[in-house]
Parts: sequence; C-alpha cells; structure tokens
Amino acid sequence: MQTPASFEYERATSVEGAIASLQRLGSGARIIAGGHSLLPMMKLRLANPEHLIDINDLAELSYIREQGDELSIGALTRHVELEKSELLARHFPLFRDAENVIADPVVRNRGTIGGSLCQADAAEDLSAVCSAVKAKAVIRGAGGERVVGMEDFHIGPYVTAVGEGEMLTEVRIPLRPGGGSAHEKVERRAGDWAIAAASAAVWIEGGKIADVGVALGAVGPTTIHLSRAEELLRGKAPSEGLFAQAGEIASADCSPSADGRGPIDYKRHLASVLTTRALSRATARALHQEA
Amino acid sequence: MHVSISVNGEQVSREIEPRQLLVHFIRETPDLTGTHWGCDTSNCGACVVQMDGQPVKSCTILAAMCEGHEIRTVESLEVDGQLDPIQMGFHEQHALQCGFCTPGMLMTARALLDENPNPTDLEIRTAISGGICRCTGYKNIVSAVRWAAEYEAAAKQEV
Repeated sequence: MQTPASFEYERATSVEGAIASLQRLGSGARIIAGGHSLLPMMKLRLANPEHLIDINDLAELSYIREQGDELSIGALTRHVELEKSELLARHFPLFRDAENVIADPVVRNRGTIGGSLCQADAAEDLSAVCSAVKAKAVIRGAGGERVVGMEDFHIGPYVTAVGEGEMLTEVRIPLRPGGGSAHEKVERRAGDWAIAAASAAVWIEGGKIADVGVALGAVGPTTIHLSRAEELLRGKAPSEGLFAQAGEIASADCSPSADGRGPIDYKRHLASVLTTRALSRATARALHQEA
Repeated sequence: MHVSISVNGEQVSREIEPRQLLVHFIRETPDLTGTHWGCDTSNCGACVVQMDGQPVKSCTILAAMCEGHEIRTVESLEVDGQLDPIQMGFHEQHALQCGFCTPGMLMTARALLDENPNPTDLEIRTAISGGICRCTGYKNIVSAVRWAAEYEAAAKQEV
C-alpha cells in the first residue's frame, strides 16, 4: 500500500493566510493544490513535507483573464479549465494542444497550472508551453510580489525560483499581435509522460519572424529553453528549411538520458522533428493558414 | 483530525490521520467497498469517484481535502433496485469480464453523459482514457456508454 508519511494538514482560507503559514512553518511546509504531482512524490518518499497547506478553497486563484496587454492565469486554474478556455485557445492555442495530452481527463479535473510549474519536472508539458510563450511567474511572499521570467523560474530538476515562505499565485503572458503557437509531443501511450515534447510560439511582422520562443520537455534535467534556435529564427522569413535548421539545433542542444522511454539518439531525433513541426504549425496559425 | 464528508448524500464523520487517502476513507466505511483500490499511482482509474459531479481519482486525493465537497461512489447509481442506465448498458453490452475497473468506468461514464448526453465514440474513448481495462479491449465499454446515451435520449422523448 502506498501512503504518504505522516504530516500535519491545514486548509488555507486566504492567500495571505497560506503565506503566513508557510513563513511560520518554515522549510517543512508545502502547498498542496490538485496534489496529482505532490501526492505521488510523497507516496514514494521523494517528497516528505511535515505540513501541507491546502489551497483548494482559494477560488480567487482560479481564473483566466485578459488584463491590459497581458493574459493572466491564476495558479489554482485546473488543467480542464485551461483545456476548455476559448480565450486561451484564441491567444495561445498551444495550451489546448498540450492539455489534450497531459495525463488523462480525470487527472486534468484536479491538477493545476501552479502545481505543474512548481513541480518543475523536466517532462512536464506546461513548463515548456509557458517558456515558449515567454510567460512570467508571479511569486508572492510576506514582503509582496515579485515577477520572474520562465528562464529564471526553472532552477534545476524539481527546483524553482519559489523560495521558502513564498507561493506562485499567477502566470502572466504578454499579448502581442501576429502570434501563433503549437505544442507537439510523442508519448508511449495515451496519458503518459512525454518521450519528448516541443513548444513553439512565433510572432510574425511584415512576413518576418519578429520574435520566437522554443522550449523542449523531457529531453534534459530541466525544461530546455532553445535560445540558440531562437537567435537563428529571429528576423528571418519563416520557411520549412529554416525550421529544419532550428530542429537540428534542438537535437544538438538537448541532453536526454536513456530510459524506458527510449535511447538518447531516438530522443534527439524526436527533439528535432517535434521542434520543426511545432514551429511550422505555430507559423501556420500566426498566418491563419493552418490546414 | 476529525473529518466529515458527504458520501452519496450522507455525512460520514470519522477521526483520521491527515495522510489518509480518499479511497481508503471510502472503503473503510461500512457498505462502501464498491470503489476499487488499484494501482495507487493515478494511472488505472479503478478508484474513480465523483467529487462535486466531476470524476476524480480517489487514490490521489486526501480525505481531508474532501470536507465540504459532495462525493458520489458507484453505490449511488442504483436507486431502489433500479439500475442507472449506465449500469444497464454495461449489462446489455457485456462491458465487463473481471469487473475490477468497472466502478471507475461507471462513474467516469456517468459524469460524461451528465455533461455531454450525446458523445461521439471518440469523446467516449477520450473520457474513459484514464481507466485501464485488461479484459474487454474497451470496445464493449464504448458500446455500453453509447447504449446508455441512446436509452436516456429515448426516455427523454417519451416524457
């Protein structure tokens, strides 16, 4: 029987209260939201919190809304809500691409965006998605809020910029015209973690790629930001040849390890193919030419 | 800690350890062993129950998190000897052999039809993709859900 080790449980009634509890209880305290990453880790004793602070009652952290030139997503927004949101699909269709293949619909009823990002598993899809669209993480502590770009959010495997006594409250994505995005993933079977996954977002201006974000999941110790591929693409006219070059960079710049999901050369091959496909589909969407 | 959870419309109150999982809380309640405890890793879906109408995997939810929420288990489907159309569909279409996955499949399918009374086969397959059945190859489960959808549509017309 898999049961977590003992811990104390409390239910937060406000964000301020949750943060106060985190501060009071110190490094042994963890936030629990959907629990679909944390509880499995606790059953395996890979996570051993002494206190769990349940934030599921904090409805004020569950929303997807347009605020000025940003799209804001509350940390407690569940996968099912990300999947079904027309607002999100209109601006960033890669979220729906990813949500359709994250675990299964029953798991998606519970898991949250905040929990996914804070788990910081390299194979977790939303981390690559948020990196590609250049999202920012809003982290709140007793002293107020700070905003961290995704490139600084992922510090290492299962480690994020969220410090002791702090919690992730919101994800913000800048809204810019001419954008398109896509997420591509290969998995062994429905609902499994990725063998490899690629997220891409492009912003087209005057027939050229004005800006671009590309990130890989499951092919390194953390989510991989493909900055070299982004540099190659920026300022150029989109073409399949160019995307194939970006795919070659993806293959070279990832660092997969061999495991039950496949050998290294296969994963590098997937990184290349999926990067090329994601860029191609993102561009077609930006140009409203998706087949 | 003391928890009080609404299970199938009745308050179940008990002293528990905070680490108790919902699946064990349910199964340790007299007459509520219909919910199956399977893989323990949120993969197999045998433990699916409804929480506020949504199917969830009860092996990956703490019982403590459920206070204030409505839990429904497979025992809630049959009322006064009358089977739910989903159960009738499983019977008619021979959608189980060993039956271990069935409680989770039934609760998942019930939630699907409550939200989408006329799902396509693809929508049914997607909805039950969080459940693993090692007997049927899923074909008869899909047929059973379709049977229930048609039965309910016909019943609605008669009213």
